[in-house]
Amino acid sequence: MIELRDVHKSFGKVEVLKGITASVAKSEVVCIIGPSGSGKSTILRCINGLESYDRGEISVEGARVDSNDRSIVAIRTQVSMVFQRFNLFPHRTALENVIEGPLYVKKEPREQAVARGRALLAQVGLADKAEVHPPKLSGGQQQRVAIARALAMQPKAILFDEPTSALDPELVGDVLSVMRKLADDGMTMVVVTHEMGFARDVADRVLFIDGGVIVEQGAAKSVLNQPQHPRTQDFLRRVLHPL
Amino acid sequence: MQKFFHDAVEFVPILLQGVWLTIVVTVGSLLLSTVLGLVWALMRVSGIRILTGLSAALINVIRGIPIIVLLFYIYFVMPDFGIALSALQAAIIGLGIAYSAYQAENFRAGIEAIDKGQIEAAQTIGMGWWLTMRRVVLPQAVRIILPPYGNIMIMMLKDSSQASTITVAELALQGKLIASSTFKNTSVFTLVALMYLTMSIPLILLVRHFENKANRK
Repeated sequence: MIELRDVHKSFGKVEVLKGITASVAKSEVVCIIGPSGSGKSTILRCINGLESYDRGEISVEGARVDSNDRSIVAIRTQVSMVFQRFNLFPHRTALENVIEGPLYVKKEPREQAVARGRALLAQVGLADKAEVHPPKLSGGQQQRVAIARALAMQPKAILFDEPTSALDPELVGDVLSVMRKLADDGMTMVVVTHEMGFARDVADRVLFIDGGVIVEQGAAKSVLNQPQHPRTQDFLRRVLHPL
Repeated sequence: MQKFFHDAVEFVPILLQGVWLTIVVTVGSLLLSTVLGLVWALMRVSGIRILTGLSAALINVIRGIPIIVLLFYIYFVMPDFGIALSALQAAIIGLGIAYSAYQAENFRAGIEAIDKGQIEAAQTIGMGWWLTMRRVVLPQAVRIILPPYGNIMIMMLKDSSQASTITVAELALQGKLIASSTFKNTSVFTLVALMYLTMSIPLILLVRHFENKANRK
């Protein structure tokens, strides 16, 4: 469903992606792990055109991703994104955040958008927070609203950019369990994360990225339990046993 | 003091005609400067190089010319190019253009203060540039823009007196005319100053209201 072929990307003189080739099938959950600055987030941002890429090709269901072309709008409505810092619209309530896209981008009738918006908020466990503005919600609640906002576009895939990294530890579980439910329901997901437990339990495949290249990839359990490459082994040892 | 009140009764009705024109010039040029300023600011943040450059150049040219020269230019020079405007029209257009530069810089600062993540979130739900501006950026930028906007309103009220230089009989010119024909300088200009002050006070209170509201957030 999502294909990357030899994707290169530089910021100025720094090449952050040095030839990424990967694919994500329908209903697959792929976790991208790796040290900070390895290019993990950049991959996600290139997939939905928040960043352009210099060489290679990215396509979503056969349509080429070009951040400078009008077609990017259609791709973005199919591939939603959830951010590390939530990026909810603070001047709108939780429900208004969720229905913003359906109302103004997809031009759905209001009653229909509101009904589905409320159902989605219920799905992420926030039915009672529909009329609350984001600054009055906890980080975990905000992130769940953000997931509902992404789902409201009825996307074919969702990209998660470190969705739990900005959360207090005790709030991480609520967000991860919402994501796990999505995975169980067959949503195609690409998740950049440091939550190795989530990757092991929920992901079908794991990509380990370091220095802008895919160092190792494979079934989640085999990469995480028996990493083959020394860099993957080193990274996992540091993450799982920091002391 | 009694003489002052006596003069006031006599001159206030004439000065009020000037007050009316002052309000017309201020409101007219405020509207024009707001619209133009918003256009310059949106051009500036559009990310399209030609528009950005054009807007930056325009703002600098406008900022670099004194208001009075701009007014003379529009009122006295434009007729040479076949554009003859009434003094009132020229005043509103001149002040509107002059202040559009300051409005633009204020709007731009407000727009650029909005977190980039907001724009990215809007993009990821499929919003285009204009929809992102209208639904996400501008509603949030307004809180930042309003307090300085109030100050610009006060400055424009006072600078509307520059319209007197191209014969618009607003409050300042009306005062000068009465003073030069009656020689009652003290009474007349005290009244003129009080009238400007009276018009400024609601604006000053409005600015305070905006500031409180912005700080509460």
